[in-house]
Amino acid sequence: MIKVNNITKKFGSHISLENINCEFNKNESIALMGANGAGKTTLIRSIMGYYHPDAGEVLINGKSPIKQRVEVLKHISFVPQLPPPIKLSIEELMQYISVSANVDKELIKHYANEMKLDINANLNKSFFKLSGGMKQKLLIAISLAKESDIIIYDEPTANLDPKARDDFYRLLKQNEKEKVLLFVTHRLEEVKDLVNRQIYMDLGKIVSDERF
Amino acid sequence: MKNLYLIAYLDLKESIRAKWFLVYSLVFGGLIALFFIAGVTESQVMGFSGLSRLLLMYIQITIVILPIFILITTVRSISGDRDSHILEYMLSFPISLKQYYWGKIIGRFITVYLPVIFAMIIAVIYGAFKGADIPWNIFFLYTGLLFAMSATFLGIAFFISSFVKSSEVALGIAFFIWIFLLAFIDIALISLMMQQRVDEGLIIFISLINPMEIFRVAAISLFDPELTVMGPVAFYILDSVSQSTFVLLSIGYPLLLGLLFAFFGYKIFEKKDLV
Repeated sequence: MIKVNNITKKFGSHISLENINCEFNKNESIALMGANGAGKTTLIRSIMGYYHPDAGEVLINGKSPIKQRVEVLKHISFVPQLPPPIKLSIEELMQYISVSANVDKELIKHYANEMKLDINANLNKSFFKLSGGMKQKLLIAISLAKESDIIIYDEPTANLDPKARDDFYRLLKQNEKEKVLLFVTHRLEEVKDLVNRQIYMDLGKIVSDERF
Repeated sequence: MKNLYLIAYLDLKESIRAKWFLVYSLVFGGLIALFFIAGVTESQVMGFSGLSRLLLMYIQITIVILPIFILITTVRSISGDRDSHILEYMLSFPISLKQYYWGKIIGRFITVYLPVIFAMIIAVIYGAFKGADIPWNIFFLYTGLLFAMSATFLGIAFFISSFVKSSEVALGIAFFIWIFLLAFIDIALISLMMQQRVDEGLIIFISLINPMEIFRVAAISLFDPELTVMGPVAFYILDSVSQSTFVLLSIGYPLLLGLLFAFFGYKIFEKKDLV
């Protein structure tokens, strides 16, 4: 599904990714770990097609996320570490997602309910005015409602209380079949029941890649 | 196309709710109200009177303040979204960069153009209600000029926004461009002429590639070219080019300039790292 071939990404003289090679296939749940500055986020952003690599390429189902971004992004759900301060109301944000990615609004509401977030009571509220936890719950609900083959989470539980984390992991368990789940995390113990592969990065390189 | 309209529609809605839009609309609406309260339509100075005088005053002030309003409110459009990681999330959905970029431009164009044109329409309606003659030729010329001016500075703003990573730097560049273009209307131009080092044709050319100078001259092009308020450049241009040719140039050239800047901005946006 995801092939990363000899990818190198530099920012000025700093090498953020150095000749990375890896492959992520269906039914794999991967914990991507490493210290700050190890290159985890750069790798994720390269997979999403945000960065133009200095060398190598990323292919998702055989397609380039830069040249064929629309086709590729139909298959990816993404939740960032910190919810961005989007000024659209929740209704408008759902409209954006529903039109651009063909996501059923009712399904977003369903998953939001599962995450104990009442969307209907907040439809006209600006997204950035929600609490950190509410924003994260909504982004998680959107990522699940998109029903993508590839789900990428960058520290998704950073703003969630223990109960919400349990809800999140329960929903993921129900939705992990036939998918690639990629978690950027510092806390392996939280996702250890979900993941079957662990990649450790350091200084822009993959230093260990274990399947279990 | 649906994604293009979606982006434009959502950007328009977001902008209309923003505080800057309220200030922006109040400034231009307030200008017109102030002119009426001050009795501009009743005064006669140097051949301008009634609504013609009001519209002329409005466009002359607008030529100075509209560019900086457009630049500072728009220049952060993409760079600000990049700064705050909004771009990272919004572009994680299957929207092409072309649809996102041009959709943003369309939405922002409507936002900046509507209040300035609306203020002028209000002036015409109120003037007609008070029994003043409506100078339709001036009204339509100014409608075209404001359209072209909005397009020019929006194009420049999006161009800056596409390559600048920090919104503070974007603001600084926008302010510099405004001051630079404003200075080349008079200060630099006159000093060049006074020094007599440069051929006058070149000086006129320099002034004509400056869209702000074009707008300034076009705004008074329908009036008597003998008027001294026009200044040497306006006199030279209107004396050597026919009025209709210059009017077409004054709308066509800035429009093209805006589109070119917007296009180059898109090319940079497409080729650079998105976040």
